[in-house]
Amino acid sequence: MASGDASGPASWGRYPHVVQRAVAMAWASDPLPVTGEPLLPYGMGRSYGDVCLNPDGPVLLTRGLRRFLAFDAESGVVRCEAGCTLGEVAELALPRGWFPAVVAGTRFITVGGAVANDVHGKNHHRAGTFGRHVRALELVRGDGSRLVCGPSANTELFGATVGGLGLTGLITWVELQLARVPGAWVEVEAVPFATLERFAELAAESDQTHAFTVAWVDGLARGSALGRGVFFRGNHAEGGEPLPAPRARWTVPFDAPDALLSAPLLRAFNALYRRWPRPGGRRVSIWKFLHPLDAVGAWNRLYGARGLLQHQSVVPGAEGVRELLAASADSGQGSFLTVLKTFSDIPSPGLLSFPRPGWTLALDFPGRGQPTLRLLERLDAVVRAQGGRVYPAKDARMSADTFRAGYPAWKAFAAHVDTRFSSGFWRRVRAETCSLKAP
Amino acid sequence: MTPRRVLILGATSAIAQAVARVYAREGARLGLVARNGRYLDVVASDLRVRGASALWTEVADLLDVERHAALVDKAQQALGGLDVALVAYGVLPVQAEALADARTAGLCWQTNFVSTAALLEAVGRRMEDAGQGTLGVLSSVAGDRGRAENYVYGASKAALSAYASGLGQKLARKGVRVVTVKPGPVATPMTVGHTLHPGLLADVDDVGRRIHRALERGWRVVYAPAYWRLVMGILKLLPTALFERMRV
Repeated sequence: MASGDASGPASWGRYPHVVQRAVAMAWASDPLPVTGEPLLPYGMGRSYGDVCLNPDGPVLLTRGLRRFLAFDAESGVVRCEAGCTLGEVAELALPRGWFPAVVAGTRFITVGGAVANDVHGKNHHRAGTFGRHVRALELVRGDGSRLVCGPSANTELFGATVGGLGLTGLITWVELQLARVPGAWVEVEAVPFATLERFAELAAESDQTHAFTVAWVDGLARGSALGRGVFFRGNHAEGGEPLPAPRARWTVPFDAPDALLSAPLLRAFNALYRRWPRPGGRRVSIWKFLHPLDAVGAWNRLYGARGLLQHQSVVPGAEGVRELLAASADSGQGSFLTVLKTFSDIPSPGLLSFPRPGWTLALDFPGRGQPTLRLLERLDAVVRAQGGRVYPAKDARMSADTFRAGYPAWKAFAAHVDTRFSSGFWRRVRAETCSLKAP
Repeated sequence: MTPRRVLILGATSAIAQAVARVYAREGARLGLVARNGRYLDVVASDLRVRGASALWTEVADLLDVERHAALVDKAQQALGGLDVALVAYGVLPVQAEALADARTAGLCWQTNFVSTAALLEAVGRRMEDAGQGTLGVLSSVAGDRGRAENYVYGASKAALSAYASGLGQKLARKGVRVVTVKPGPVATPMTVGHTLHPGLLADVDDVGRRIHRALERGWRVVYAPAYWRLVMGILKLLPTALFERMRV
């Protein structure tokens, strides 16, 4: 399912466009392949930017490492190879009353990738990040050594590997503690809100009462309408029939023309979305609720051949989010799908983990060359002024300065980076000087 | 339903694993044979976790044709009979290397045809004695018409398809069904490093599910994905003079 074309594996945003060589890792017990240049593990290619790209060097395809090694249905502990997807783990566990404690917005990511990006989900206020539920993992270093790391073994290397963007070595297997769930259904309620103040109230109250919270925000709204949206909150429902993960029913067979995401159509989409919610709760499958976009294969192609750039950041609260939304709407490039969620103060386990207390806002932009890159620079400036940070998993272009300001632990992290591993992202943010490159 | 008794020969191949995953989820009793014991162990643990109700494994080099009969007997005993067998191993050499060194080409034919034909015969005989069973074999679209790009590999698969066809006709009267599977290029370790357009690479799980369905329903010749039947049908009909001028 990895996205790609004749130039090799690509990232989900398909920006930057690079020619990428690939070598496959089919067996966890094999030594790392001998490559001249540093390599980078590559799973499903669902990172948006260049944390999963290694221009000029090879990526190491890990999807062949997709075997389950052990599962205890009593304790909910599963050990699997790192190329298993979260969807595969969930499909195995759900019929026996378990589910991954944290899932991202798609189930098509590997467990290794979930560790390496220390992903979060709609239940961050209850469960924290993915890395908190890792009991142990095996790391193959460039020198061939194999180390079992976890919260109680090789803890420093574990802290660097969780959120470590695949740069500390190859994760071959992961042992996870799953969470008990009553079934395959979620009771969801949608509550429209007119202001960010109202969002804050809803978030504070819903975090106490609901397992999942997330909001959609109208990315085109300006002036007094800025900050309107729909708040979604959900709880696991008891009973209901078991439900296997659905296969993608639709796919996008070719790159959409730029006109698809033009301003009038965006406005129409956002207006419709706002009116969608019906009062009261409804029951939806856990798959549909947690991974709504998984129903459409290759939806990234809707953004056209020039790709998709996402900007996800965390800032302390309403003020920063208002500035980000205003900058985006004023640019005339309003975000297609804008998602807002609060992060709790549950500590993240990785040196480079993205989640920290505050509000996280994700904005999607079709790649339109320099204007898009300039807008993203403006958004970065807001984030920096707020003392926030940008999410590497979604990033393809943040400056070294922005990265370092957001992740003061980067120096401690750099000491753990394996010299046989590198990525486009890492070479960019590690560079001493950096300039804005044209696409 | 009583669990199916399924023997997979070449169980560490990526497509074989995909088929085995489907059978494991259904609670089948699985027999697995492969050359590399370390790889076989991890495949077995995966299938156990996924729900296989019994697992029997044996490390064997299937190029050693003299072991075939004893191996099949042992599997049959361990599984308590045999409903399905799948011969699933093969190698895809880099064509230029195979042309440069006759031993590389020979090893390809030895692996993909000589040993598989002997194995098909050995399994077929046991199924014939039992009067039932489905015997699947992984051939390839590459065997339908030799192409400049990969005719060393293609020739081995053409021979295999022809063998399976004849065996299928022979065993049809004995209650045994032979299923010839012809996958197109699939995204597996076998195809990494070969210059194939990724858009043409099929998903290994889709292919695994299709093969499983073909085995359970007793389809005789199955292309995976299905559209390859049409593609190869046209390719086979092309006049040679035209075919030779094409780059396909």
